[in-house]
This record gives sequence, structure tokens and C-alpha cells, in this order.
Amino acid sequence: MMAMLLEGLSALCLGIGIFLILSGGVGLLRFPDMFSRMHAAGVTETLAGGLILLGLMLLAGWGIELFKLVLILLFILITSPTASHALAKAALHGGMKVKHDGDDRP
Amino acid sequence: MCERRAEIELLLDIALLMLLAITALAIARMRDLFAAVMLAGIYGLLSASFFVSVDAVDVAFTEAAVGAGVFPLLMLTALALVGRREQAEHRRPLMSLLLVSVTGGMLVLGTLDMPAFGSADAPAHQHVALRYVETSPEEIGIPNMVTSVLADYRAYDTLGEVVVIFTAAVGVLGLLFAGEAAGVRQATMHEHRVLRVVSKILIPLILLFALYVQFHGEYGPGGGFQAGVIFAAGIILYAMLFGLSNAKRVIRPGLLQMLAACGVLLYGSVGVVSLLSGGNFLDYSSLLPDALAGRHLGIIVIELGVGITVASAMILIFYAFASAGATLEEPS
Repeated sequence: MMAMLLEGLSALCLGIGIFLILSGGVGLLRFPDMFSRMHAAGVTETLAGGLILLGLMLLAGWGIELFKLVLILLFILITSPTASHALAKAALHGGMKVKHDGDDRP
Repeated sequence: MCERRAEIELLLDIALLMLLAITALAIARMRDLFAAVMLAGIYGLLSASFFVSVDAVDVAFTEAAVGAGVFPLLMLTALALVGRREQAEHRRPLMSLLLVSVTGGMLVLGTLDMPAFGSADAPAHQHVALRYVETSPEEIGIPNMVTSVLADYRAYDTLGEVVVIFTAAVGVLGLLFAGEAAGVRQATMHEHRVLRVVSKILIPLILLFALYVQFHGEYGPGGGFQAGVIFAAGIILYAMLFGLSNAKRVIRPGLLQMLAACGVLLYGSVGVVSLLSGGNFLDYSSLLPDALAGRHLGIIVIELGVGITVASAMILIFYAFASAGATLEEPS
């Protein structure tokens, strides 16, 4: 019973994670300017990566694998938003403009 | 189940190799060198994934650390010296096209004689690899066979590789390092508080991970090369965020020059000691009365030598590029 519950939860996490990665990929291609594209890639990837790792953790059971997955999750939670932050800062510094609704589409 | 897995792996390999080819073409066509360097990093990551998919985790680890990690960093610091646009080339270099096509054609022709990918009849799987796989557990007794081959059976080749890295560092220093740069750039990223805070959390972990990789190389993927590169990446991150002059105060270039040489010396002297104690050059079994313990000792010491040389060579090369960039930026 418990094992089935865990497997179901893990499948749910993995499914949502995969969907988020896909949607992030679509957003990366479809959004109009650099900043919204970065939002699509950065935000969904942090969440999606976390969800996929969570799904794997549920399958791993107590042990060294679980511990390693937790470490990877921590690492991603710290580095991924930082990378997005650095990227946005670099883009602003490089003079990239935010596109507003009224602007002409490229 | 097993067949299904093989099918998925084949699909994965094809996808990865296609992405590799596309990235390579994109790099060749790119005029913006900055983008080309970024693509080269992606190329490194893709090849690392491909190596994982063909079960070569040690190579994948090296490729991820070097190809996707330190190499783009060093190229970026080099770009700070030369500018980010490639010079426009108007000539149509027919001659070079001909040369490249002939060489490429000959290479393709050469592969026709090679055994098929993954073929069990390949000469490599007939005697050498078989010998390593069958006898190394008793002969050397460490779980990671790649380390056995790299650090013991092929210790002589590895010594050569370490010397190559040392020579590269010496070459870069000879070309770029004209003594201490006069006006070394002060901390460039004063305003980047988030990056600084996060890197303060990460740098100790990176250095700790490098040491883990260094001393865990006999049991899992890893060893001196990967550990050295990861350690250097930690220091380079520090130098980028807290300023070159601060980093140079933490680890002085003079000390690094000495360490780079000491690593090679340590490696070579293990060979000499084994000669003196009655074995062949780099035959570790003569180091201690117990042959197996001697081999373990030899592997640990030479891996340490590799790690020290690689780490100091990488940091030295970064210092050299970054200081040269800083002197260029100084208003005359």
C-alpha cells in the first residue's frame, strides 16, 4: 500500500516536472524578449528540476542515494536562481530593453 | 526489458550525436566569438552526456569539468584580450577547402577498416582490455578499473600528460606573464551582492568536493585530473567575484609556480623511488614489502601529484590571462 502510494506520488512529481520543462522550452522559443524568455527557462527549470528530484527521492528509499539527491536539490535551489539573476544583470548591463505590450513585435 | 533499454540508449546516442554535430557546425559558422565560446561549453556538456550514455563515467567527469567548466572560462578571459568579433574574411579559401575535404575523406576512409561501434570482436576487447578486466582486481585490488589503468598500467603515459599540462602553463606564462602586472584590476564586481553571497556559500563546498574527488578516485569516478580542475574552478570563481588582487593574496602566483613543478616532481620521484627499491620505473609494487599496499600507495601519491599540477597550472593560466587583460584596460 505504502509502496504504491509512493510510486503514485513519484509519478505525479515526475509528470509535472516533465510538463514544466516542456512548457519552459516552448516559452524559451515563443516569448518576445530576453527577460521573459529567461523567466520561462529559469523559473520553470528550478521548479521542474526540484519536482523531478523529489520524484526520484520518493523512489530511492532511505540510503546514500536519497542523501545525494537532497544535496543535488539544494545545489540546484541555490545555483539556478543565482544563474538567472546573473544573466538578467548581464543583460541589463549590456543595454537590453524590456519589451512592453504596446511595442511592435519583431 | 533489456532489449528495450538498448533501444532507448541507441535513440539517446543518436540524438546526442546529432546535437553535437549541430553545435559543432554552429561554432564553425559563428562570427561572434563570445557566442562561440558559450556553444563550446554546450558542446562539452553534450559530449559529457554522450560519454555517460556509453558508460565511460570517468571520461564524462573529465569532459564535464574541463570542456564545460574551465575551458569556456579560460577562453572568456582570453576573449577579454582579443575582443569578441572575428575578423571578417573575404577571401574564398579554395585551397583550404580542398585540403580539409581530402583529409576528411581520408579519415572517413580510415574508419571503414575499423571494427563496428561496440563490436565485441574489436582488437581492443581481445587482449589488452581483457587482461585489465580479468587481472586488475587481484593485481591492483581497487574497485575503479579506470584508475588502475590510468595510474598503474599506463602510469608512464599519464606522467607524459601531466608534463604536457605543466608545459602548457609554462608556455602561457612565458607569453603573457611579464612580471607582476602594474595596475591589477581592483574588485570588479562590487555591486554584485547576490553573486558574492552565493559564491561564499559555494566556494568551500567546491573545494571540499574537489578533495573528495581527489581521494575517492580509486573507488568511484574521479582522480587527480578532475579534482585539480574543480579546485581551480573554485579559486577562479573567487578571483572573478572578489577581484584578482584578492585572489592573488590568497594564493600567490609564486607559490603556484612552485606547486605546478612540485606535482610533476612528486610523480616522477615515485618512479625514481621504485627504481631505487629494485623495481622498474613507476612499478609501485616495489615501494612497500607488501606489493598490493605498495601499488595503492603509489597510486595515491601520483594522483596527488597530478591534482596539484593540474590545479596550479589552471589557476596560473587564468591569472596570466586575467592580469594581461587588466594591464590592457589600464588607461595609459
